[in-house]
Amino acid sequence: MKEQGRRPDAGRRKLLRAGAALGGAALAGRAALAAAEQMVQLPMVNGARRFAAYPQKRPLIVMTERPVQLETPMAIFNDGVFTPNDAFFVRWHLSNVPTSVDGAAHRIKVHGLVNTPLSLSVADLRNNYEQVEIAAVCQCSGNSRGLFEPRVVGGEWANGAMGNAMWKGVRLRDILNKAGIQKGALQVRLNGLETPPMTTTPDFVKALDMDQALREEVIVAYSMNGQPLPILNGFPVRLVVPGWYATYWTKMLADVEVIGSADNNFWMNPAYRIPDNACACVEPGKAVKTVPINRMNVRSFITSLQDGAKVRAGQEVEVKGIAFDGGYGIRRVLLSADGGKNWSEARLGKDHGNYSFREWFTGFRAPRAGDYTLQVMAVNGNGESQQVGTSRWNPAGYMRNVVETVRVQAV
Amino acid sequence: MKTNVKKIALAVAALGLTACVTPSVADKASITLPQETAHFKQGPGSDVTTIYCTICHTADYVYMQPPQNRAGWEATVTKMRKVMGAPASDADAKIIVDYLMTQNSRQ
Repeated sequence: MKEQGRRPDAGRRKLLRAGAALGGAALAGRAALAAAEQMVQLPMVNGARRFAAYPQKRPLIVMTERPVQLETPMAIFNDGVFTPNDAFFVRWHLSNVPTSVDGAAHRIKVHGLVNTPLSLSVADLRNNYEQVEIAAVCQCSGNSRGLFEPRVVGGEWANGAMGNAMWKGVRLRDILNKAGIQKGALQVRLNGLETPPMTTTPDFVKALDMDQALREEVIVAYSMNGQPLPILNGFPVRLVVPGWYATYWTKMLADVEVIGSADNNFWMNPAYRIPDNACACVEPGKAVKTVPINRMNVRSFITSLQDGAKVRAGQEVEVKGIAFDGGYGIRRVLLSADGGKNWSEARLGKDHGNYSFREWFTGFRAPRAGDYTLQVMAVNGNGESQQVGTSRWNPAGYMRNVVETVRVQAV
Repeated sequence: MKTNVKKIALAVAALGLTACVTPSVADKASITLPQETAHFKQGPGSDVTTIYCTICHTADYVYMQPPQNRAGWEATVTKMRKVMGAPASDADAKIIVDYLMTQNSRQ
């Protein structure tokens, strides 16, 4: 127990040292250990990953190098309700990600169906608009895709393509209203500085319907946890769409265009779509009508105990974790220690708003030695909860929110 | 940070402009990404695969996937050509699929 949580993914994910197999005295000593690469086995076939410290980042799980995609180890989420900037996951779609950005020279162009097109600097945002702050979870649509069964192709994340931050910026709504929205406006199209290496590749462009774009909580953020955004998280400004999946949180936001018809580019259709039904699910192999992915569903995780952890029989241990949803707010978190037969209420931590991680705390005492199955389930303000038993399936690997299970052994 | 502010002030002064800067947004951010380590393993077709696939992404995009059967890899290569614009010919696409089958496949 004492070692649990001190190291990224110790326990459930067996830590390996690449190069350890070489063995021998040559590898003894600190220098050799530091030189050896830290590896992790995510719980999936082809789940071996290495840790690497990218610029402005602590060592994170490298999913891909170009475009760079980095996963946050689950242990980070046990450290606090806000995810540190240097531990925040990274996901880019196209390989031309600027590695040098002049925050002062950067402009956000606002055009299309507006009365007065604008070209805004970050200073304009800071000086000429109301400043707002919101705590919000940024979660990749495909978070946990690698845990789908049957497996699907795509970015093979475990559960760490998510993070919670305090974002500061100005409302997109205030910007659009200053520009003056014209009649016939249907969507706002968003583009950032990331570009494809070939002109034949579709640029990464996303669109929000006007009702979403004008939602009070949607902001153009220049600050993340009180600091400028790391380049890999979208410096100098990114869109923050609380409650919705990260695909809409355009990084290095540079272009905001009000359009009169639904955007139908590759990244809106067929990419980033979910089955148009209540569970966003479909049987493998079956066709189904789809809609753009949108609001996040309810999830909760145990962060203080990892799968395979050992606890002392007869002694109470603290069990804690996080829960979040798409904006109704977490109202209850329930823990089961008997595989889902009985559930008990956990105590909720400080409320940072409906879009934030919500910490929860409870205790677990194994009456006697043996194996125990801990499960956690959250309920939001709209009465929505998580999938019990079989998890939903869809071909793109989106919206996993199965009730998570952690097996512990009492000794 | 302080040095930056000084530098900016100096630069502004040198240009003869009124000092009207917001230092916190003037910061230029630069990073250097680490050397790439993910490469396609040597084998028949690895050269062609490297030429076309690594225009846009590193080899880890292949090795992280669940093992695919031939139809699965064909679908991916077709998507890369038809949707993402990979300029590979039909003949090269076949070489790439054959190679991928040697790297990460199931029946």
